[in-house]
Amino acid sequence: MKKLLKMSKTSKQNYITYAMVLVVALIAGVMDATGNMSSLMSGLLVPVCAYVILAVALNLCVGILGELSIGHAGFMCVGAFVSAFFSKLMASTIPVAWIRFTLALILGVGFSALIGFLIGLPVLRLKGDYLAIVTLAFGEIIKNVAAVLYVGRDSKGLHFSLQDTMSLGLEKDGEVIIKGAQGITGTPNDSNFVIGVILVLVTLIIVNNLVNSRDGRAIMAIRDNLIAAESVGINITKYKLIAFSISAALSGIAGVLYAHNLNTLMSTSKNFGYNMSIMILVYVVLGGIGNIRGSVFAAALLVILPELLRFLNDYRMLIYAVILIVVMLFNWAPSALAFREKVKAKWKKTPDSTKKEVA
Amino acid sequence: MKSVVKKVVSLALVAGMALSSVACGNSNTATTSNSGSATNTTSDALVWKIGSTGPLTGGAAVYGTNVVNSAKLACDEINAAGGINGYQIEFNGQDDEADAEKAVNAYNTLKDWGMQLFVGTTTSGACVATVAKTSADNMFQVTPSASSTDVVNGNTNVYQICFTDPNQGIASAQYIGENALATKVAVIYDSSDVYSTGIYEKFAEEAANQSFEIVSVGAFTADNKTDFSVQLQDAKNNGADLVFLPIYYNEAALILNQAKTLGYDVQFFGCDGLDGILSVENFDKSLAEGVLLLTPFVATSTDEKTVAFVEAYKKAYNGEVPNQFGADAYDAVYLLKAMIESGNLTPDMSTSDICEALKKEIVKISFDGVTGAAMTWVESGEVSKSPKAMVIKNGEYVPFEK
Repeated sequence: MKKLLKMSKTSKQNYITYAMVLVVALIAGVMDATGNMSSLMSGLLVPVCAYVILAVALNLCVGILGELSIGHAGFMCVGAFVSAFFSKLMASTIPVAWIRFTLALILGVGFSALIGFLIGLPVLRLKGDYLAIVTLAFGEIIKNVAAVLYVGRDSKGLHFSLQDTMSLGLEKDGEVIIKGAQGITGTPNDSNFVIGVILVLVTLIIVNNLVNSRDGRAIMAIRDNLIAAESVGINITKYKLIAFSISAALSGIAGVLYAHNLNTLMSTSKNFGYNMSIMILVYVVLGGIGNIRGSVFAAALLVILPELLRFLNDYRMLIYAVILIVVMLFNWAPSALAFREKVKAKWKKTPDSTKKEVA
Repeated sequence: MKSVVKKVVSLALVAGMALSSVACGNSNTATTSNSGSATNTTSDALVWKIGSTGPLTGGAAVYGTNVVNSAKLACDEINAAGGINGYQIEFNGQDDEADAEKAVNAYNTLKDWGMQLFVGTTTSGACVATVAKTSADNMFQVTPSASSTDVVNGNTNVYQICFTDPNQGIASAQYIGENALATKVAVIYDSSDVYSTGIYEKFAEEAANQSFEIVSVGAFTADNKTDFSVQLQDAKNNGADLVFLPIYYNEAALILNQAKTLGYDVQFFGCDGLDGILSVENFDKSLAEGVLLLTPFVATSTDEKTVAFVEAYKKAYNGEVPNQFGADAYDAVYLLKAMIESGNLTPDMSTSDICEALKKEIVKISFDGVTGAAMTWVESGEVSKSPKAMVIKNGEYVPFEK
């Protein structure tokens, strides 16, 4: 107890975040296990985890590092395709689901981190708008490459092509694993809600600890004032790359989770295009740039909301957009902020003044 | 630094909003459907609950709208005629945005609603994802238009109304070969589309056994589908005397237009995706003169069933003409009706029992619909029906006779 009280304010806040996630997850898990949850909601559990991880990952890049990336769906795509490819390939060789999933996770995250690092090298030399545009381009490149990739397997090993399945030159008993635009079909459904929650917590712990570390302070110093940070001897390139690669790797986790939740994985502009990247950015901005806990709840809310609006039929996406605008205004418009401050102050003042009167 | 980030963020967000509201705008003009509404429900009486999903918003909305509208139309007609085995039908159509994840959400929504029979999913990619779920739930699924073989592979509860893509490719190659339509063939296909690549691959395989050779292959993707002069020029230079177009009609209309500009007069040959080319806005119908297509359905056919369906659809949905997707969905609902009647099923049976009973019925049935006569199904889920070769003459589709 004493230890708890001694804890710094930030770590207390972090533990509160973990506890909130755990409690919500526990309630959802129990409801699902006892059959008190609708099929829709129980089907949404894993996607919510994936998008929460994505939002937290992007928040590391946008909020902590201060560099705007609109290509994070691309890193998710790398994680998804690498891990799904591995799981499909090893489905018969490694029959135990959790071992296969763990290996797929390590591979998927590793590749996303690698791609993040490689893209980061040229991209992080840019600033602001330029960086945003280049990340957008890289995200689209990843998506499009994934959409024309053909990989097959026969007794001679793996065959690759960027043209079509015929040019793979497979033997008669060969199997096409990645089929261009049709993607990967028949990925084993290895992810579940428990794994999802564990991965959300791992992501949160990684990001929170990074932020409160020496490296994290260096990263935030770069965000706040590049010249000042450089003048005190912080290695700008190194810390930018660290933050960007970790952010890409965490997006990879989300991709792995996403790919193992569905039976089919296709690279379309719907799931890995820039629309998705902007959607993740919306989660981050709505939750508050740099606010990790906010990202978690904004992502969960915005994934579930369009499904809850299904009763509106054709007006569903229209109303969803309107709600987004209203919430965004309420959260960030200066006059709305001032209004909230006023209400808060009034609410705080009233008990104070009554106290005085009593005294 | 921070202010720049903020500026760009707000710009990006505005763009996002604008995009999403544009998408909505599209859907609202394109769809007049009343998805989600129940048709003629009698209170607390037993009803059949039939659900369907398709993209009602976004770029593929025209397909989903046709499927959901036609399925609803069929349900309304059946209800007006007294229902199935005396029980009325409730219909619910959900939006899946042609996305695997959203399709699973839409399916789960329908399951919560109490769906017993599933007429979906419209698009192949999304369908593969829902098939995994219906298979686990043992729910009977008839997909009107998901034509990939992955949809029916490895399960026993899913059946297709449309041809599988490979079948279309093989049938097209055989038709061209057997009727000696050409000796040198060029292909232009959409490499980012499951339907188009599926047909092309089997077409190329079967072409090896036929009397013609493929001299030029031009691919394009969904992001780059307005200028086809490179592909057409390549076909022309290689002396192709027939161009095979396993694509949808919107791109085909552009290709025909650009071929004329290039002065390339050649025989065009397509699959069922070309149905609808005559109703493209501002399209010069004379360009399509002589185009051959292999399709199970044409809206202008004088076949009694087709005329009735097209008229009813026009009446219900502001004069719009249904396409082949809609016709498939319409057949799907009537197929369910025919099987339920012959199997003497009632809606108080469990979903799984209904599925088991229907599995036994579907391999026995011979069904006459708007997309073909005497259609039969095999246990693996594929349909067997014969495509009709049609040719466009004087701005009309007429049966092709060599």
